[in-house]
Amino acid sequence: MYSLIVFLPLIGFLIAGAISLFGAAATVPAPVGGHDAHGHGDHAPADHGHDSHDDHGDDHHHHAVEPAAPGSRLAELVTTGLLFVSAILSWVAFLQVGFGEGHEAAQSIKVLDFITSGTLSVDWSFRVDTLTVMMLVVVNTVSSLVHLYSIGYMNEDPSRPRFFAYLSLFTFAMLMLVTSNNLVQMFFGWEGVGLASYLLIGFWYKKPSASAAAIKAFVVNRVGDFGFALGIFGIFVMFGTISFDQIFANTAAAEGKTLHFLWGQWDAITVICLLLFMGACGKSAQFLLHTWLPDAMEGPTPVSALIHAATMVTAGVFMVARMSPLFDLSHTALTVVTLVGAMTAFFAATVGLVQNDIKRVIAYSTCSQLGYMFVALGVGAYGAGVFHLFTHAFFKALLFLGAGSVIHASHHEQDMRNMGGLRSKIPLTFWAMTLGTLAITGVGIPGTEIGFAGFLSKDAIIESAYAGENAFSGLAFALLVFAASLTSFYSWRLVFLTFFGQSRAEKSVYDHAHESPAVMLIPLAVLSLGAVLAGMVFYGHFVGEEQAEFWKTALFYGADNHILHEAHLVPFLVKASPFVAMVVGFLVAYWFYIVDPSRPKALATQYQGLYKFLLNKWYFDEFYDLIFVRPALAIGRLFWKQGDGTIIDGFGPNGVAARVQDVTARVVRLQTGYLYHYAFAMVIGVAALITYAMFAGGH
Amino acid sequence: MSGLPLLSLTTFLPLAGVLFILMIRAQDEAAILNIRRVALITTVVTFLVSIGVWTGFDPKNPGFQLQESHDWMGAFFAYRMGVDGISVLFVLLTTFLMPFCILASWESVQSRVKEYMIAFLVLETLMIGVFSATDLVLFYVFFEAGLIPMFLIIGVWGGKRRVYASYKFFLYTLTGSVLMMIAIMAMYWSAGTTDITVLVNKPFPVSMQTWLWVAFFASFAVKMPMWPVHTWLPDAHVEAPTAGSVLLAAILLKMGGYGFLRFSLPMFPSASADLAPFIFTLSVVAIIYTSLVALVQEDIKKLIAYSSVAHMGYVTMGIFTMNVQGIQGAIFQMFSHGLVSGALFLCVGVVYDRMHTRDIDAYGGLVNRMPVYATIFLILTMANVGLPGTSGFVGEFLTLAGAFQANTWVAAFATTGVILSAAYALWLFRRVVWGALTKASLKSIVDLSTREMVILVPLVVLVIVFGVYPQPVLNACAASVDALIHNYQAAISAAGQTASSAAPALLIR
Repeated sequence: MYSLIVFLPLIGFLIAGAISLFGAAATVPAPVGGHDAHGHGDHAPADHGHDSHDDHGDDHHHHAVEPAAPGSRLAELVTTGLLFVSAILSWVAFLQVGFGEGHEAAQSIKVLDFITSGTLSVDWSFRVDTLTVMMLVVVNTVSSLVHLYSIGYMNEDPSRPRFFAYLSLFTFAMLMLVTSNNLVQMFFGWEGVGLASYLLIGFWYKKPSASAAAIKAFVVNRVGDFGFALGIFGIFVMFGTISFDQIFANTAAAEGKTLHFLWGQWDAITVICLLLFMGACGKSAQFLLHTWLPDAMEGPTPVSALIHAATMVTAGVFMVARMSPLFDLSHTALTVVTLVGAMTAFFAATVGLVQNDIKRVIAYSTCSQLGYMFVALGVGAYGAGVFHLFTHAFFKALLFLGAGSVIHASHHEQDMRNMGGLRSKIPLTFWAMTLGTLAITGVGIPGTEIGFAGFLSKDAIIESAYAGENAFSGLAFALLVFAASLTSFYSWRLVFLTFFGQSRAEKSVYDHAHESPAVMLIPLAVLSLGAVLAGMVFYGHFVGEEQAEFWKTALFYGADNHILHEAHLVPFLVKASPFVAMVVGFLVAYWFYIVDPSRPKALATQYQGLYKFLLNKWYFDEFYDLIFVRPALAIGRLFWKQGDGTIIDGFGPNGVAARVQDVTARVVRLQTGYLYHYAFAMVIGVAALITYAMFAGGH
Repeated sequence: MSGLPLLSLTTFLPLAGVLFILMIRAQDEAAILNIRRVALITTVVTFLVSIGVWTGFDPKNPGFQLQESHDWMGAFFAYRMGVDGISVLFVLLTTFLMPFCILASWESVQSRVKEYMIAFLVLETLMIGVFSATDLVLFYVFFEAGLIPMFLIIGVWGGKRRVYASYKFFLYTLTGSVLMMIAIMAMYWSAGTTDITVLVNKPFPVSMQTWLWVAFFASFAVKMPMWPVHTWLPDAHVEAPTAGSVLLAAILLKMGGYGFLRFSLPMFPSASADLAPFIFTLSVVAIIYTSLVALVQEDIKKLIAYSSVAHMGYVTMGIFTMNVQGIQGAIFQMFSHGLVSGALFLCVGVVYDRMHTRDIDAYGGLVNRMPVYATIFLILTMANVGLPGTSGFVGEFLTLAGAFQANTWVAAFATTGVILSAAYALWLFRRVVWGALTKASLKSIVDLSTREMVILVPLVVLVIVFGVYPQPVLNACAASVDALIHNYQAAISAAGQTASSAAPALLIR
């Protein structure tokens, strides 16, 4: 069954990929001079170039007159159908493993040998435990819904088979990641999702901004992978294996051991965990390595929902949770995780306050929520972190797909300054978005287990942070509560700007705004259900009373780690704090965008510096460009022209070659035909050497 | 085992093809077509015969197999051939790639076709000879003689600056080989034999080792090429015809790495241990330096050439880690790089044949008119950046895992290569393949022909197959690598050195 779950999307990818490739090869536009070449080849991007709102990452080739690729419908149906089968099987597995009997220990299923080199032995194999099946459910549910949604959303795009092939490829890689039984296979999935993300961000490769964003995403992720790879090597050196079973079985023996890394001896587990965490930071867009995520919004919106909200970006959280038996042994590593998570949650929320692109607001929101998850992991409340991952997948995918529906309705407009008043035009989308917002802002009744999905999971994290014992857990608690009010503010700001007030769009656009088709609304409905119920239904199992029976051995809590228990016992004031923060955020948003809409502009002018600072995302892009990108290019040029050219060649071959050419130019003119002379000379030379050697040696 | 001298047959079959070609006297179209056909058939048959070598080869046996020996010049040297788990891979890689090279030259080479094909076939014999010779002098003859056809291929059928490039190539390589020649003579005087199978099990006196090591290093480092003697490679690649570039990158570069494994490690173990840090330094510099240089290239072929130097940095680093992962990784990296860089140069050849320029700026938006080409180029780009699932990953991963055991500084610096390689490779891909097709000159460019598909598809398939299931290559060389490391460590402990860089520091087991 697990092979089916994992490989069905791969089959879908291969079929859709083949359809796409053959279709593309068969419909290559006729060479220039052909009558329709202009309309086909380059009409669409040219139009984009003149669109006034191109720089907001305009989301559709709506002007394209290109016909759909052949087999589009077939590719859609095949990939979507296979994904739904996979999703249903995932739920079956989830119920079996999470709630059934006889799955106390993780089960491993070997598929094929991968690498065997000396003592290093890597298999292609699946690890089945509660954490795996939970991720299967998240990935396949969201992915199948996104497939379905895309049938509607990408309706006008000429290269749909390619799009669906990439989506399925992504799903396959993600499944390999979450089912992996060792670190190398996880790395395969890890980089595989990176590839799919790269391809999907760059899906509209004619747009330079999309290509640039794709490269940025891949390269920044590689910076994280640099740490991940070193972490894997460290594990191999320490444990002599990279398979989870053997690592986890030997953690006790490794505790307290030191590892020589770079300039010193360090606590081995701490070094390894920090290196692995660097990988997690890249994939999950944590502070300092977050810059790729907002740019990734260049991809089509369903991609943002699937990859850059619900699944891929949570891979880092998953990895730390998976490695919890190791992380739990390093207080230092967990402290760093807490700090980075809290910083991210805060930083991203501040930037989200002032963004105008609807997708970028949600992107920063994602970044911020990932920070919450890492704080939970950092204080040792792995269940709470994973719980937020689970609920977040539903409501964030919902928000993104809802945003997609808004964009679809308002003629591919993404700038919220040009929206407004859409509530009556697209009521179903409005309600879905509202449910998503209620979920992300954490609406619920403090002190009880009744509330929207985000209420239960986010509050569990905030309570854990309060109960946490490491150096930064107090700071994390404060930042998270503050970020909760920011979250509430920017989420409601989004809703108010989009759906309420007067329309700021062109009249024709507003008049033509229309509700999305059923294939897009059904996924919204299903996800809305998740956003409302996922918290209440699963609270007990993820972090509540039944958590030990539910997780079994999948998450590791050390003997001294009672964080989940302590989190339940925090004072009521602490439990109520996120609720208060949420209400404050809501009221401010209501005041700014409903009661007194001129207020934000006045504030922005008043605090120009701060506003610019936030609007430009703390100037990270500019800073990185200054300290990394430009120097790399400059040094490259220096090495090339001066290093290779002037120094090495100048003193080496050119110096010699110049002399040789001086001489030979006098003897024979250099012509192609004469090269045989040189060849002949070489043969003679070699022969002479051998003859000499022979006689010299023979004596 | 059959009595057939399979190795010699594989080695010299291409020369039989040369004889046939020489017999074709006519100059007309039909004759030229016949010449091409003879060359193709010869290389295909050679490949088929080499499969016999593969099937006759027992991967469990760490020693030399399929040995042949004939006395030739009295006591000095004999005709000795044989392969072990390391060399057999390169013999196969050579014979496998040759038919593709001939096919790649099918249309792009129109002048002096006869001489061209002869040069390639002679080169094939010499390349196979290098990997299957088990006599020092025989090895040297093959190794050096290989220079000549390559020199001609660049110098005669190359691009505008071919004369400069071929001289550079020649000067660099000859300097190295003169030193090696002297070292070989010294070795004969010291050991009394030139039989490699004997020499690998009997390291030289420690006092001699350093000098011999340095002499061999001079030659292999140039071939590899290692920084800072790499500058011949970009020029040679840029000027060489496509098939020449393929062989240069895929096979000729591997002779350096092969040489380190065959001579430096087993025959001069103490010197290798002493000088490993030196190699590590050069390797790491190569990886970072050339990756940065690749980032700013404006010529597609030059960019790939610089990326080759960076990838060879992983190889030298892996070899001198002296542990199983490092060495097996290095071998795999060489093998994989043979496929990947070969295919990448073929890809460049495809567009060069159409546009006659290698300027990155002259391209852009190829995907709009060449979807199949774009797909293949994408897969190869990903293999070049070492994406797991392609063969490029396995070698990089193993060499880095090996390096981490030897020295974490080396591993950390070398791992930055994965970031830089992603940057230059994807940047190249974006500029050539992605984007809107706006350049007038590209508006009638056509996608791959059947012939080009036949060349590229098998390579792409192998890149993925070996990325998912690299075991055939790793299994083939496992026994030989184990023996190599075993002998090395025995020699080191006999010499009273501490094998500081060897022996993974397993703390728990």
